[in-house]
Amino acid sequence: MRTWTTIAVLAAALASGCHRNPPQGEQPAHGAAPAPPASSVTGQPDDGQWLMASKDYANTRYSGLGEITTSNVKDLKLAWSFSTGVLRGQEAAPLVVNGTMYIVTPYPNILYALDLTKPGAPLKWSFKPKPSAAAQGVACCDVVNRGAAYADGKVVFNTLDNHTVAVDATTGEQVWNATLGDINRGETLTMAPLIVKDKVLVGNSGGEMGIRGWVTALNLKDGSQVWRAYHTGPDKDVLIGPQFKPFYASDRGTDLGVSSWPPDQWKIGGAGMWGWISYDPELDLIFYGTANPGPWNPELRPGDNKWACTVFARRPDTGEAVWAYQYNPHDLFDHDSINEHLVLDLQINGQMRKVLVHPERNGHMYVFDRQSGEVLSAKPFAFTNTATGVDLKTGRLQYVEEKKPSTGKVVRYICPAEPGAKDWQPSAYSPRTGLLYFGHQNICEDMEGLEVSYIEGTPYVGANVKMYAGPGGHRGEFKAWDPVNGTIAWSIKEQFPVWSGTVVTAGDVAFYGTMDGWFKAVHARTGDVLWQFKVGSGIIGQPITYKGPDGKQYVAVLSGVGGWPGAIVSGNLDPKDPTAALGFVNAMSDLPAYTTKGGTLYVFSL
Amino acid sequence: MRTELVLIAAMAVAVCGCKRETRTFRESPPASMASDVAVSDLHPGGGNPPARSISPYEQNAWALNEGKRLFSAYNCSGCHANGGGGMGPALIDDEWSYGHEADQIYRTILEGRPNGMPAWRGKIPDAQIWQLAAYIRSMSGLAPKDAAPSRSDHMNGPPPENAAPRMIPKNAGTPPAAER
Repeated sequence: MRTWTTIAVLAAALASGCHRNPPQGEQPAHGAAPAPPASSVTGQPDDGQWLMASKDYANTRYSGLGEITTSNVKDLKLAWSFSTGVLRGQEAAPLVVNGTMYIVTPYPNILYALDLTKPGAPLKWSFKPKPSAAAQGVACCDVVNRGAAYADGKVVFNTLDNHTVAVDATTGEQVWNATLGDINRGETLTMAPLIVKDKVLVGNSGGEMGIRGWVTALNLKDGSQVWRAYHTGPDKDVLIGPQFKPFYASDRGTDLGVSSWPPDQWKIGGAGMWGWISYDPELDLIFYGTANPGPWNPELRPGDNKWACTVFARRPDTGEAVWAYQYNPHDLFDHDSINEHLVLDLQINGQMRKVLVHPERNGHMYVFDRQSGEVLSAKPFAFTNTATGVDLKTGRLQYVEEKKPSTGKVVRYICPAEPGAKDWQPSAYSPRTGLLYFGHQNICEDMEGLEVSYIEGTPYVGANVKMYAGPGGHRGEFKAWDPVNGTIAWSIKEQFPVWSGTVVTAGDVAFYGTMDGWFKAVHARTGDVLWQFKVGSGIIGQPITYKGPDGKQYVAVLSGVGGWPGAIVSGNLDPKDPTAALGFVNAMSDLPAYTTKGGTLYVFSL
Repeated sequence: MRTELVLIAAMAVAVCGCKRETRTFRESPPASMASDVAVSDLHPGGGNPPARSISPYEQNAWALNEGKRLFSAYNCSGCHANGGGGMGPALIDDEWSYGHEADQIYRTILEGRPNGMPAWRGKIPDAQIWQLAAYIRSMSGLAPKDAAPSRSDHMNGPPPENAAPRMIPKNAGTPPAAER
């Protein structure tokens, strides 16, 4: 019952907030996480659009479209394709709004509008923000962009050189352009904004560059700044006030963002936000996790380093923090906590709970009470030898002493490695199966801490890293996880890290792509691969599904290898150096034999 | 007596002829020689490309090791790793976007390059830029093996500079902006 109320509220909020021309005769319920009772097989009506990278505020990436099913997906065929003209890692999710598809490319961040009402989806217009070329020099892990967001007739996206731009969805003209950061401080923008009510939420990248992380809210109307919450420094900067009630004692205190650092180091402590924000309209809270502290060498920053690697619950209107929980106090391994926080209502120990589900880079699947910030469970979903678990009484991650990196010492066989057990690649949750679907990596590493100079606008890392495949020798997996019981439902081993996002549908089909260029459809209940198609270049993008103006269901994904693991291809790196690309090249030295650069959108239908 | 003289003379010749161990405490880098650097292979109107300035540091072990130390100290390694690249291009391969000669590398560090290479003018002393340029050439085997650094005390990276395979330089590197 409570679930249904949540859904109704979600649907209403979304529908009133961002719908322009709802298709006739349909319930405008896009964006809602349709969570029908287990007995239902029809699901909630889905208008077939895709308005934000995460599909809905709950970050489920679940589509109610059911034309493509487990029995007919084998007949899926290429409908049309489109070249983005950019050969760097394509991590974005396309948007589909009012018969138009919007794609944002990696740097130089071109926004394309494609007309879905015409055969072959011809180009309607393109918008070129022309970001500063120098921004490429401060983007840690390829020059990616994770997508745009749509609301109120505007398509809003970020450029690598720290601009947030709103473009008129119909005409392709710029509505406003806000400058949020500075490449000379090492900042870039790579994340997909989230629009909540009349506010655009944006966070910065640059945890490897000695930035000071933040999330900023802009007015959707004119791009003016409403609030900015820093992730290090005094409480007034972090927007911690009287409302702030963290569940665990270690997250309580005054100005912890200053006192948990060596003097003044919070000013260059990293903790950006380049991943996913979710929103619960009923509680009126946004949830997001902050990135890693810098430099990587933990010996150079004694203390808990708050508020790096922390999930915040905040009021969207004011930014004020309501609760916080630090996943990785005194982070040892670049374990950013920017992964998605799914807003779900689940039956936990026989009781319906409002939870947040978060697959964390440290290899544990966290389930929170999203009202209080209490960790209900944190079970490992992948191999880890760096922590023995989470103490649910104190909330503290239990590190393994012998795996702690140190200056001048090589610590071997650290699992999971710097990119974690799962990185940014977003998961999908199906209310029909009750399972969470996600690609992740199986990578371990050797790490040596180094002294490092802080020079503004240059990297601030202080480590030599060499990654390699984890136990079993496969470097990636696509997994279905039962968040209620905390168990693996099924898993598919992949040669390379699965760096693509996931979408799951009411047809019980889940889609993902591999870095060697296979786009796959799997049975959401069994994990059987039902269909696969070889695209031009490796896939690290976010697949989506939508209903075309012709009423048919389509599945779309960008191909174009790159990102951190694919930098060896997109950046022509040299595998003679195992420490290249912050150590990822050692684990990916054979990738150039499997894929070349690319930048093409593929769209499939029956 | 005569033997000793011969020995002394021989040692003098050896020391003078070998720049490997020379160490100057007041550097006079050849900055002025780098004023007519070109990064294109095209020279309209015929004629020859500008004469190259040979780095005085390339045959000097101490200077090359200084270059190696500075490569980390100035965070060059943050972008170029231990030569394999990351945020910036690889330096141990045979592809050069803006030229592989010491004076061209000097210019690249001094002026920066438009696709992400910072301009270090006024931040790194001239002599150190030349040391860096010499070291960077040694990373792809372009400096004499007897002067290039040997294995470092850190985690194994690429082969040490004095064992680095000599890559025949090609002015073939594609700056990212060409992919626009």
